[in-house]
Amino acid sequence: MNKKALIPLGIFAVLVVFLAIGLTRDPHEIPSPFIGKPSPAFTAPKLHSPEQTFSGKDMLGKVWILNTWASWCVACRQEHPILMEFAKTKTIPVIGLDYKDQNTEGLKWLARFGDPYDLSITDQDGRIGIDFGVYGVPESFLIDKMGIIRYKQIGPVTVEALRDKILPMVRELQK
Amino acid sequence: MKYWLALILTLQGVLSSYAGEAIPLAEDPVVEQRMIAISEELRCLVCQNESLAGSRADLAMDLRRELRTLVKANKSDAEIMEYMVSRYGDFVRYRPPMKPLTWMLWFGPFLLLIGALFFLVRVVRRQQAGSAAPVLDADQRKKAQSLLKDTELPS
Repeated sequence: MNKKALIPLGIFAVLVVFLAIGLTRDPHEIPSPFIGKPSPAFTAPKLHSPEQTFSGKDMLGKVWILNTWASWCVACRQEHPILMEFAKTKTIPVIGLDYKDQNTEGLKWLARFGDPYDLSITDQDGRIGIDFGVYGVPESFLIDKMGIIRYKQIGPVTVEALRDKILPMVRELQK
Repeated sequence: MKYWLALILTLQGVLSSYAGEAIPLAEDPVVEQRMIAISEELRCLVCQNESLAGSRADLAMDLRRELRTLVKANKSDAEIMEYMVSRYGDFVRYRPPMKPLTWMLWFGPFLLLIGALFFLVRVVRRQQAGSAAPVLDADQRKKAQSLLKDTELPS
C-alpha cells in the first residue's frame, strides 16, 4: 500500500485526538487570572453580627479557604456535606462569603443545614464576588499565608478535589 | 369553560407580571451609550454566547452597574478592559489580545492556509510533469509502429 495514502488518516487521527481532549474540558471552567496573585482586599460585615467587619488581611499568616455560597444556590447544597466533614477535621479555617443573599435567608440556611464556616461574611451587592472574579456560586479560593491565591475550585468542592488537589496543596503551603 | 377562562386569565396575570425586573434607566444617556459600547466587546461569563451588553443574567447586570460606575469616573476604555481582564481573564474579551499564548489562535489559520497552498502547488506541478513526460521512448515507438503496420485498422 502506498505510504502517502496514510497521510489523510494521520491527519484524521490528530484531529480526533484534539477533539477528544476538547470534549473532556468543561467550557464553563474559565481559568482564573488570580492564581499566584494576591487576593483582592476586602472588608465586609459578618453574617452573624453585621455590626462587626472582617477583612481579608485578618487571615494573613494562615492558610485558609474562602468559599462563596448563598441560600439560593442549589449546587452549594451538594458541596455542603463535604464542607461539613472538612470542618470537623479542623485542617484550615474556611470563611464563607454569603454572595448576593439576604442575611435572614443566609442565617436560616446555615441553621437548617449546619454551619461549616469559621465565619461567614456578606456580600449583598456582589462587589466582593466581582473583585474575586466569581461568576457562579459556589467557587472556592485557597489562599496562602502571604495572602496569595493558590487554587480556585470552580463549582462544588468534591471529595476528589479535596483529596487530590486541595489537601496536598494545603500540606505544602503550611510548611 | 368558566374555569378554563379563569385559569387563562390567572396565568396571563402571572406571565405578564413576570416581565423581568425593570432595567434601571441611566440618568445619563452618554454614560449609558459608552457603557453599552464597551460591554458589547465583553463576554457574559454566565451565558458565554451572549455579550455583557445583551445578557439578562444577574452577574451581567451587576457588571454593567460596575461598568457604569467606571464610565462615570471617567476611566479610559483600556482601564475598563483591564478591570475586567484582571478579574475574569482574557476569556472575557471577544477579541483576544495578541500575545505569545494566543499566537496560534491568530496565526494558526494562516499557517494552515499556507500549508494547504504549498501542498496544492506540489500536487498540481507533479501532475503537469507527469502528463508532459513521453510515455514511450524512441525504441518503443518504433516497435509500436511496426506492430501497427501489420494490423488492419478498422476504418
